[in-house]
Amino acid sequence: MGLRKVLDKMEPHVLKGGKHEKWFALYEAVDTFFYTPPSVTKAASHVRDGVDLKRMMITVWMCTFPAMFFGMYNVGLQANEAMAGLGVAELEGWRGALISLFAGYDPSSVWDNFIHGAVYFLPIYAVVFFVGGFWEVLFASVRGHEVNEGFFVTSVLFALILPPDVPLWQAALGITFGVVIGKEVFGGTGKNFLNPALTGRAFLFFAYPAEMSGDAVWTAVDGYTGATILGEAALGGMDAVSYSWNQAFLGTIPGSIGETSTLAIMIGGLYLLWTKIASWRIVAGVLLGTIGLSLLFNVIGSDTNPMFAMPWHWHLVVGGFAFALFFMATDPVSASMTNTGKWVFGLLIGAMVVLIRVVNPAFPEGMMLAILFANLFAPLIDFFVIQANIKRRALRNV
Amino acid sequence: MLEYYISLFVKAVFVENMALAFFLGMCTFLAVSKKVQTAIGLGVAVIVVQTITVPVNNLIFTYLLKEGALAWAGFPEVDLSFLGLLSYIGVIAALVQILEMFLDRYVPALYNALGVFLPLITVNCAILGGSLFMVERDYNFGESVVYGLGSGFGWALAITALAGIREKLKYSDVPHGLRGLGITFITVGLMALGFMSFSGVQL
Repeated sequence: MGLRKVLDKMEPHVLKGGKHEKWFALYEAVDTFFYTPPSVTKAASHVRDGVDLKRMMITVWMCTFPAMFFGMYNVGLQANEAMAGLGVAELEGWRGALISLFAGYDPSSVWDNFIHGAVYFLPIYAVVFFVGGFWEVLFASVRGHEVNEGFFVTSVLFALILPPDVPLWQAALGITFGVVIGKEVFGGTGKNFLNPALTGRAFLFFAYPAEMSGDAVWTAVDGYTGATILGEAALGGMDAVSYSWNQAFLGTIPGSIGETSTLAIMIGGLYLLWTKIASWRIVAGVLLGTIGLSLLFNVIGSDTNPMFAMPWHWHLVVGGFAFALFFMATDPVSASMTNTGKWVFGLLIGAMVVLIRVVNPAFPEGMMLAILFANLFAPLIDFFVIQANIKRRALRNV
Repeated sequence: MLEYYISLFVKAVFVENMALAFFLGMCTFLAVSKKVQTAIGLGVAVIVVQTITVPVNNLIFTYLLKEGALAWAGFPEVDLSFLGLLSYIGVIAALVQILEMFLDRYVPALYNALGVFLPLITVNCAILGGSLFMVERDYNFGESVVYGLGSGFGWALAITALAGIREKLKYSDVPHGLRGLGITFITVGLMALGFMSFSGVQL
C-alpha cells in the first residue's frame, strides 16, 4: 500500500516534537479518513464496536449520495427545460465552456441534464468543502483537537440545501458562519447546540433573501423565474400548483439542489433508520406532528389563506421537508437525547413546520427554521424528561 | 373576540418576544440563566409581575395621565403624560413590594422559591418595556391584561430555553476568551436567529 507507507513516513514529523507538529490535525484527518484509527482506548470504559463517530458520519455522508446525484440531474433538467422554453441555445461563460466539452442541452437526455447540473453543484460543493475544511483545520490545529468526519456531513448537507443559482462567495460565507459560529466556538463536533449546516443556511436566508428565496433562484438559468410548489400554493392555493404529486415525490420540480426528490432522499434516509444512526422516534414524531397539525388546519379552514387547505400528503413531499427530516432533524448532537424527548422534539418540529408554512407567508420553506427552533428547546425537553424520571424513580423507592 | 385575544397572546409570546426580538431585560436574562430551576423561578415571577403591572399602568394612564383623562375631576385640559415614565416605574416598584409582602405572609413556599428575584424584577427593563409598549400601542384594559401575560410568558420561555442550552454547554469546550458571558451573547444571538422564523407573521 503506497499511501500507508507515505503516511507512516510522515508520522514522526507531525507528532509532538516533530518539525511539522502544527500540521498534525491535517495529517490525522487524512489518516483516519483512509484507515482505521490505530489508537484504542486504554482505560475503562472500553466498548468494542465497529461503529464509531467516524463510521457514523461517513455513513450519513454516503446516504446523501442518492439525493445528491438525483439533485444534479434535476438541476440540469430544470435548467435545460427552461432554456428550451426561453429559446436559449447555450450557456455563456466557463460553465457553458465546460458543458460544451462533454454534453449538450437536450432536456430529454439524462447525460446532458446530469452534466448541466454537475457544473452547478460541483463548484458549490467544492467551495463549501474547502472553505469549511479550512476553518475546521484551522481551529483543530490552533486548539489542539482532531478534525472530525462530522465536517463531511456538514459540508454536503449545506451544499445540498442551497439553491442551484447561489453565488459562490455566499456559499463560502454561509459555511463559514455555520462552521465557526455554529460549531467551532463551542468546541467542535458534539459540543454545539444548533445544527451547523442549518445555522449557515438560516444566516444566508436572513442576510441575502434575494438570492435565497423568491421565484428566480430555483432554476439555474438567468432571467428565468419558476416558483417552487410551496411558493405557488402560498399565492393561489392547491389549484395554482402546476406539478403533480408524483412529480413532487420523484423530484422533477424546482427547488434547492438536494431537496426535491423525496424518493431519492428516502433511499438514503431509510438506510440511516435501518442502521439506527438516525432515530426513528424523531422521524415518527415529525411525521405525526406534521400530519396531525395539517389535518387540523384542513378542518379549521380559512377564506383568506389558501395554505390552510394544503393536504398532509403534499406537505410531506414539498420544500425541504424530506431532506431535513432524515438528515437534519435526526442530527444526534442538536436533537434531544432522551427517548421521550425525541418524540416531543419531533412533534415540535412537525407542528412548527406546518405552522410556519401556513401562517407565515414570508417563509413558505419552513422546515429548516422549524428545526432550528426545535434545536433551541431540545436541551430543555431533555431536562424535563430527566426530572420526571428522577421523580418517578424517587417515588418507587419510598 | 376570543380569537383576537389568542392571536394577541401568541404574538406577544413568539413574534414580539421581549427577550429575543426586542432584547429587553438582558441583564437578568444573561445573569440568572445558569440553571433551569432558577430560570423557571425568575420566569414565573416575571409573568406574575408583568400580568399585574401592565393592566394597572393601563388604568393609571387612561384615568390620570392621558390628555383629557382628568376630565372626571374637572380638569379637561390637563395632559400629564410627561409623568408617564416616573409613574410606571413607581407603580412597578410599589407593586413588587406589595406582592413580596403578600407572598411572604400568605404563600411562603413561593416566596422562598423566588427569593431575591422579586426585588430584582423592579429594575428589569422588560417589565417597564411592557408598560411603555402598552401605552404606545393604545391597548385597552382587556388587551393589556392579555399582553402583560403574553409578554411575560414569552420572556419566561426564552430564559428557560437559554438556561437549558447553557446547562448543556457546560460540557462544551469554549475558547478561553469567550467563556462565560461571551459565549452566552453568541448563544442568545443564535437563539434570536431561531426565533426569526416568526418575523413577519400576520395574526
